[in-house]
Amino acid sequence: MNRVLATALCEFRVAFRNRWVVIATAMMALFALVLAAAGAAPTGDIGVDRLSVVVASLTSLSVYLVPLLALLMSFDAVAGEVERGTLPLLLTYPVSRFQILLGKLLAHIAILGLATGLGYGLAALAAILADRGALAGLPSLWRLVWSSVLLGATFLGTGYALSALARRTSSAAGLAIGLWLVVVVLYDLALLALIVSDAGGPLTTRVLPVALLSNPADAFRIFNLSAAEAVAAAGGIGGAAAAIPLWQSAASILLWPAAALSLAWAAFRKVTP
Amino acid sequence: MTSTLQISRLTKRFDTVEALGDVSLALEQGKRVALLGHNGAGKSTMMKIVLGLIPFDSGSVSVCGAAPGSAEARAQVAYLPENASFHPALTGEEQIRYYLALRGQDPKLAMGLLEKVGLAHAARRRIGGYSKGMRQRVGLAQTLIGRPRLLVLDEPTSGLDPVSRRDFYDLLDGLAAAGTAILLSSHVLTEVEARTDRIVILSGGRLVAEGTLAALRGQAALPVVVLITPAAGEEAAIAQAFPEAVCTGDGRLRLSCEQARKLPLLSQIAALGAQVADLDVIPPSLEDIYSHFSRRDGQ
Repeated sequence: MNRVLATALCEFRVAFRNRWVVIATAMMALFALVLAAAGAAPTGDIGVDRLSVVVASLTSLSVYLVPLLALLMSFDAVAGEVERGTLPLLLTYPVSRFQILLGKLLAHIAILGLATGLGYGLAALAAILADRGALAGLPSLWRLVWSSVLLGATFLGTGYALSALARRTSSAAGLAIGLWLVVVVLYDLALLALIVSDAGGPLTTRVLPVALLSNPADAFRIFNLSAAEAVAAAGGIGGAAAAIPLWQSAASILLWPAAALSLAWAAFRKVTP
Repeated sequence: MTSTLQISRLTKRFDTVEALGDVSLALEQGKRVALLGHNGAGKSTMMKIVLGLIPFDSGSVSVCGAAPGSAEARAQVAYLPENASFHPALTGEEQIRYYLALRGQDPKLAMGLLEKVGLAHAARRRIGGYSKGMRQRVGLAQTLIGRPRLLVLDEPTSGLDPVSRRDFYDLLDGLAAAGTAILLSSHVLTEVEARTDRIVILSGGRLVAEGTLAALRGQAALPVVVLITPAAGEEAAIAQAFPEAVCTGDGRLRLSCEQARKLPLLSQIAALGAQVADLDVIPPSLEDIYSHFSRRDGQ
């Protein structure tokens, strides 16, 4: 365990020096504040507190931003060590490859937690200052923070896997951006096309829920929206969330990080320094 | 006495190229062995196999009684890669603290280790700003962690100035005296000569020679060169006495003879008395011995 912690500390230090901590936190805070300000208008009509609406907006933000940040932090993890030539020496130390990955994951999760916690916290503070009733939305904010971290962990793990498969930082970066585009953007567009063409047929009722649950970003969105019962405020593809039981989306966001880490481990074990 | 490192009939292929063929080597505790060979002779491959970084095809390797790369072996082996590199964003001290933690040692020992390699003054600066020699010292410092039983050093003195090289070999002497077995590769033959117990020469993946320098010298049986400076006006007489001699251009005569013929030749020269102004006897250099062995198989 000490080896994992030592690795995490070292990685955190490197990320801090490379300004990742500052960049991630500032990005999250900035977007969250903009959303909090923009989302402040419609609360009166919907009849939910101000913070819950902000959380619904933040959920949509996190779906894009958290995976992107996670991939940006992780694509270098293995390929960078290979390119710098630091991997052979590290692997002669009495530390397992799994421990190395776990240490990196821990550090990067801490950074994501810090960024989301601070960023969303600021947005929440703004909402609560404007409306005391917004305190009622705190549980959904807390849920958003920890599920964002889990979503981040999933993409960190996949980022490590890509990094180990690519072995060069430049191609790892390309793969990471490609993955983000496919999983976070194109996947949803494809599902929207499916809904439109199927017009409420069997594909929409049977395939769509499975498709949503098997994508970690969609599962995250559905989990937060259905848990907060703010589906109406979100609309769009989130409308499908109503059809999916909460435990299923919760299971998806819990299982994905483990699956991604296993994938990363399997890929890292194949790397010969 | 059991060997710290035992390699027998090791063979490693990369696709169709044989990187190592049938190599056997034993390294006892406290011994220093130098691994010599051209680029591509298989030195680094052999080291990586010993460290468990790459698999091998056949033969057997035992490191401190364990399989190479096993947790037990890794706990007792330290490695210095060729051109040691580290994360540029970390300071020397942070890097060593990390390595100490990975070996289960107290990170507070970092400064002491950096002092030993003469890097205490730069310990709090980022490695990104270090020179090659300074990075090499960070690499050396990490090999000193926790009294390893086997040290594997790939071109350890590259990038070090002559004084640092001497300090480095002093460090190795101390470790060897305390029982650490040392396997190092080098291109600089003169420093290997004085500071190692045994020399192993690899060529094209084969072990072509092994032994002390004296033994290798005898085995190679390379000719001794004798340079005669004739006294003024005696050039023609001496050239006549040694018709096989070659004129070197600076007025001296160059003779080449087998080890066994050296003394008779010298007495023959001495008999010429005042006709000879000076005499130099040059034994085969390390470079000569090295190229003799590493080119023996027709390379």
